[in-house]
This record gives sequence, structure tokens and C-alpha cells, in this order.
Amino acid sequence: MRVGAQPLAGGFGGMAAAGGEGTEGDSDGGSEELVLTPAQLIHSLEQAWLNEKFAPELLESKPEIIECVVEQLDHMEENLKRAKRGDLKVSVHRMEIERIRYVLSSYLRCRLVKIEKFFPHVLEKEKSRAEGEPSILSPEEFAFAKEYMANTETYLKNVALKHMPPNLQKVSLLKSVPKPNLDSFVFLRVLERQENILVQPEMDEQRDYTIDLEEGSQHLIRYKTIAPLVASGAVQLI
Amino acid sequence: MAGERAVGLVRELHRAAGGHLPPFRAEGLRQALEEMRALYERNQADVSEAKSGRTDLIFLIRFRHCCLLRNQRCILAYLYDRLLRIRALRWEYGSVLPNTIQFHMSAEEVEWFNRYKKSLATYMRSVGGEEGLDLTQDIKPPKTLYIEVRCLRDYGEFEIDDGTTVLLKKNSQHFLPRWKCEQLIRQGVLEHILS
Repeated sequence: MRVGAQPLAGGFGGMAAAGGEGTEGDSDGGSEELVLTPAQLIHSLEQAWLNEKFAPELLESKPEIIECVVEQLDHMEENLKRAKRGDLKVSVHRMEIERIRYVLSSYLRCRLVKIEKFFPHVLEKEKSRAEGEPSILSPEEFAFAKEYMANTETYLKNVALKHMPPNLQKVSLLKSVPKPNLDSFVFLRVLERQENILVQPEMDEQRDYTIDLEEGSQHLIRYKTIAPLVASGAVQLI
Repeated sequence: MAGERAVGLVRELHRAAGGHLPPFRAEGLRQALEEMRALYERNQADVSEAKSGRTDLIFLIRFRHCCLLRNQRCILAYLYDRLLRIRALRWEYGSVLPNTIQFHMSAEEVEWFNRYKKSLATYMRSVGGEEGLDLTQDIKPPKTLYIEVRCLRDYGEFEIDDGTTVLLKKNSQHFLPRWKCEQLIRQGVLEHILS
């Protein structure tokens, strides 16, 4: 994925142009990569951020989005450094940078919180991931999760477990640490029409039924039912 | 009553609301572990008795085993919950904890905290370009670029982006860029004035 050569804040074309190579030149027409405008990139970031905020479990990692956003922020900072002092556009662009940085930080923080909260399950899921299946952890997050696990395990072992009777010295973190609650309800907006989604009601008396999700409609539904749709981008959590 | 010590630890921690970290009860922990050892030893003795015919002891053995499991669960819950509170401290206070809080931590907890800090720092450095992205900043969405702040205590000179320095003396007020002040506000050096 690459970010195309359009200024971020639409009306301030002069700003980006003055920045020179602050925008990428996409001269290699033979590239297979998906080229996004900065606006589309930020929109993807916001979508990923909202999904991550409202989903009970850790979602797929989006390294390409993060990398591109970081690059964009760097470019914007560069442009700002070269701008005239006291120019009104500086304030607006700085505000833009602040906002984007907030969304990015919030997104990454949200992921870290989930990684720490569900660390044995997250690591187990990653370990048993099939070849070709997308990863829920970036390499850096994976390293962080492993360190967190090792740190906590060592601590519990040294402070308590090794002083306990022999048959109680091992404890399964996978069993003790709570799993994410996939049955929690989430709000969503439908982006792509879906047909025949199987809904399993909580009451045993009601039978399973199917529903169609119309584009643009909003629903309150159990996360488990629509988890694959979040991953595919067919729905957006709100 | 078996398990009282361990449950007592959990109860005290539960009462300390709002993520507050009470002092580490090393003595309470030691006593709970001691109780586990005593229970186990008595069970060992009774198991050999039961094997040689005294099957009436089986219920007692099972009961003691349940006590052991309960103790284990309470102790681990106590320790783990404290770790979660300590973790929250890194995000609230930064990498240097106030002395009052450090007094409440055991040596092993301090070690855990240091390793967690390091791990987090490595992660933050790896994301976001050359300098990394400090995720402990930008906790709230930005509303304005500049904010009014009052200095709560003497801090000294403080440099802003365009090179000018500001002298942060107690009770002085300044109009500063938001992103530069966040860290100092959280440390309690500056106070955001909301008009």
C-alpha cells in the first residue's frame, strides 16, 4: 500500500506543494501496490481504531496502515519545520498532526491493553495460527507479549509457586487468565450487504434464524456472530 | 479456619479501591504459604494411612486438597492483581514512581516493574519511525493547540519548539503548546487551567 501524492488538508494545496518531496511521487506505474490518498489512509486508520476499540478480542494487526501513517506524520512534521513562522496554516496542520497522532496512539494503546489482558490466549492463538492466516500480532507486539508472559510467569513462580507443595507448583495461565468475552454485544454499521447470517439466540427455546444485513443499516448484535465480517471489512463497529 | 490468611490478603486488596496500591503483605503471604505446607504434610501422612486401610480419611484428604487449591488461587489472585495495579502506575506516573508508592512494593515487584518498563520502551521505540512513538502521551483527544497552564512548583527552564525558553516558577502562568505540557501535567509540575 502506498500513499498517493495529494495534500492531506485539501484546501491547503500550497502547503504540501511547498514541501517538495513531502508527498510521494508515484512514478512507477507498474507497481501492483494499492495506492491510497492520505485522506483514505486516515480513514482506514480510523476504521481500524474504532473496530479495535469496540471489539472484545484482539483483531488482526495492520502493519501497513501503521507504517504509512507514521510516514505521513513524519512528512507533515518536515513540512512544518520548513514553513514560515506565524503562518496560519502552520496551526491548522499542527492540529491535524496532533489529531492523527492521537488516533494512532489510541489504536496502539488499545491493542496493548488487550494483549496484556489476554496474554496467554493471544500467544496461544498466534502459536496455533495456520500458515497463510493473517497474524493478530505484529512482530514487535509478539515480542512484547512474550516478554510480558515470561516476566509475569517468573514473578509468580519465584514469589509464590515455588514455595508451594510440589503438586501445586504449576499453574495453567491459559486456564486462569480470563478469555475475551466473544458473546458481548456490539454496535455495527453494515458496509457491504450480507445475506443469511446465522444468528444463535441465547434462549434455548428460540431456534437459530438467519438475517440479511442491508448496506448502511445499523445493528446491535453479538460479536461472535459477526466476527468474520469485521475482519473482512464488511461491517464497521461503532 | 483454613484459607483465612489468603482470603484476608485478597479482601484487603479488594477494599483498596481506585487502583491504589496498599503495602505488600509479605508476612500475610508467608503465613498463607506456611498453611499450605502444613496442610500438605498432613495430607501426605493421611494418604499413607488411607492406603493401608483407613478409607474414612479420604474425605478429609479431599477437603484439605480443596483448601490447598483455594489458598493457591487466592495467593495468585492477590499477586496478579497487584501486578495489574503496578502496571497501571507506569501509564499514569511515567517511568519513575514516587517514593511513597515504591515503599509499598516488594523487591520482586520492583523488578517486575523494571522489566515491564523496559519491554514497553522497546516496543514504543520500534513503532513510529526513528524516535519511536511515546504511547503514554496523547491520552486525550486534542482540543486546542495551546493551553493555559499554571506552574505548581519550581521546575526551572523549559524550552519550546521555536527555541524560546520559559522559566517555570511556582505560581507562574503560561500559554504553552499542549503537546509539550502533557508530560509535565501528569507529573504534577503544571496544572491545566480550564477557564
